[in-house]
Amino acid sequence: MMKVVRGFYSVAYSVKQCKPDVICAYPITPQTEIVERLADMYANGELGNCEYITAESEFGAASILVGASATGARSFTATSSQGLILMSEVLLSAAGMRLPIVLVNANRSLSAPLSIWNDQQDSIFMRDACIMQLYIENNQEVHDVMPIAFKVAENRRVMLPFMVCMDGYKLTHAYEPVDLLDEQMVDKFLPPYDAPVKLSVDKPLTFGCYAPPPYYTEFRVAMQNAIMGAGDIMLKEFKKWYKITGRDWGGHVVAENPDAEVAVITMGSLTGLVRDVVSEMQKEGKNVGVVKLRTFRPFPVEDIKKALKNANKIIVFERAVSFGHEGPVAIEIKSANYESGADVYSFAVGLGGRDIPRDLIREIIDKVIEGKVEPGFQFEGVKPFEEVIP
Amino acid sequence: MTEKKSDLKTYAKNTWCPGCGNFAILNSVRKIFSEMDTEKLVMVSGIGCHGKIVDYVDVSSFYTIHGRVPATATGIKLANPELTVVGFAGDGDAYGEGLLHLMFAAKRNVDITVIIHNNRVYGLTTGQFTPTSPEGFKGKSTPRGSVERPFNPLLLMLDAGATFVARSYSNRMKNLRMVIEKGINHRGFSFVEILQPCYTYFNTYDYYNERVYEIDEISGREDAEKKIREWDYSSDSRIPIGIFYREERDTFEEKMLDNLIPAKRKRKVISGKLLEKIV
Repeated sequence: MMKVVRGFYSVAYSVKQCKPDVICAYPITPQTEIVERLADMYANGELGNCEYITAESEFGAASILVGASATGARSFTATSSQGLILMSEVLLSAAGMRLPIVLVNANRSLSAPLSIWNDQQDSIFMRDACIMQLYIENNQEVHDVMPIAFKVAENRRVMLPFMVCMDGYKLTHAYEPVDLLDEQMVDKFLPPYDAPVKLSVDKPLTFGCYAPPPYYTEFRVAMQNAIMGAGDIMLKEFKKWYKITGRDWGGHVVAENPDAEVAVITMGSLTGLVRDVVSEMQKEGKNVGVVKLRTFRPFPVEDIKKALKNANKIIVFERAVSFGHEGPVAIEIKSANYESGADVYSFAVGLGGRDIPRDLIREIIDKVIEGKVEPGFQFEGVKPFEEVIP
Repeated sequence: MTEKKSDLKTYAKNTWCPGCGNFAILNSVRKIFSEMDTEKLVMVSGIGCHGKIVDYVDVSSFYTIHGRVPATATGIKLANPELTVVGFAGDGDAYGEGLLHLMFAAKRNVDITVIIHNNRVYGLTTGQFTPTSPEGFKGKSTPRGSVERPFNPLLLMLDAGATFVARSYSNRMKNLRMVIEKGINHRGFSFVEILQPCYTYFNTYDYYNERVYEIDEISGREDAEKKIREWDYSSDSRIPIGIFYREERDTFEEKMLDNLIPAKRKRKVISGKLLEKIV
């Protein structure tokens, strides 16, 4: 059923169809209305036996979900920015405990200075947490991805948290037409969660116990194996989803013009604008193409290599910074694609919600094509200012 | 140092809703501060509507992350006990995210003041239930009505070891100013809760106007506790405001520092001009 809805509702409605057992959250802009819509559904009796809990903080919310998930409950939360960072201690633990919690992060910049606007610094910060990360371009995509997130997280070979990252405001607050999922269709795709290991009187066990040096490493190896293996499982589920719905969001990486010599890599909602600029340049005869990076963890090394095999110049639009080094996506691209010898140009744009004008995208791509800029990392769209050393 | 205007107003545009209880708190604070040595004043705020108060008063200030006001204020006071440190926090801020910091600041009896702007709703995120929302509160996150009972923060503070425990109401200006002023002047941890209606998302003016009454200062812990228990943040009883408890006890920094001022060991002063340049 096609409806024009906001990003919040697109997530909430899809989560409802996934039939979670426990939802727990704490309000934070720009996520709040996702869980408010779920609260409405809960109040209207649309969530079946689902428990909906308002916590005292994000730390509390994540902890409640760890407990719920450990008893075998399908668990969901949504958060953003400082909320995600406050949850981080608990979420890292959840990954180690192999709890398939699904969360939506409405991407927002981090303090300080305080900002409520969009960039991707928050989820990028969680890079090494052993939590799957998928970046979303539009509100139909996020709607379609939620059942896949639960299914992959709960796969017995995976059993890890799954974080769906959608740009705050740009997607959460945007109205878009979304084909709302049918309950029976989701039921068929996503069976009820049957936890292979859970807290139960039948077989008492301990979660999160102490692992001394002779044991610790093997737990971490198992985590790495699980998240690395999750890549193929995701691809299979993406394909199944395409067969059911007819909507193909592609794999981990979508190379829209695989023959292009200049590849422009983006993650999230910026992709639409970049695609528009690039197609305009293609019409002018420029050999440039878009590479949409969807899965950031596990990082799709082989897919990236394939997508970039003809590129000799790679442009990365970053919306976060790995301070002390460079653009976090470029780091991954260089590591994955080091044999190719292509030059990588990484540009941080739109930090703290700064507008990313179409002209700026065009200007950046042009200057790379024309060889007016050295490979490496730089900030773009920066106002001239004088740094004062006190 | 830059010269301060005597009314302590700033150029920041006020973005609180018309009718917000925060205006009364702001005006009281400006009046009290304008009679103090503002060079030795620090305001600390958290996240929420209340947090903007530091933008509206022309004294040094610190925006903390959500819930951390008492902890950050403790650090400032310990580093330089000569400063008067006044924290401003909301109910979601100090009673939700950062309750443990509030309790430990009270336990330590750090000589700071924490003023709680308690509107009993998350105003900035537009209307969700908080730790002191009444039972059955129908907010945006609890459309079915909250099933939790609120806790009584004054009781918690009394038990945690606060040496000054008071409550006021933003619509009782004289009492409000008196309570804040005495809280700031008290030596030790001062807890001042202000009932501050959120005109947009939880308009409690009529509720408070009917129930709030002023008390004379109470002597003795038992009587204080009895008085504090009179209203449980959920029932329709009368609501006492005023100073419930006051006690003289050595402060944390007196016991810890023995008259040493860490910040004075090597101190750099950033001049106003330089600050302006940085900003």
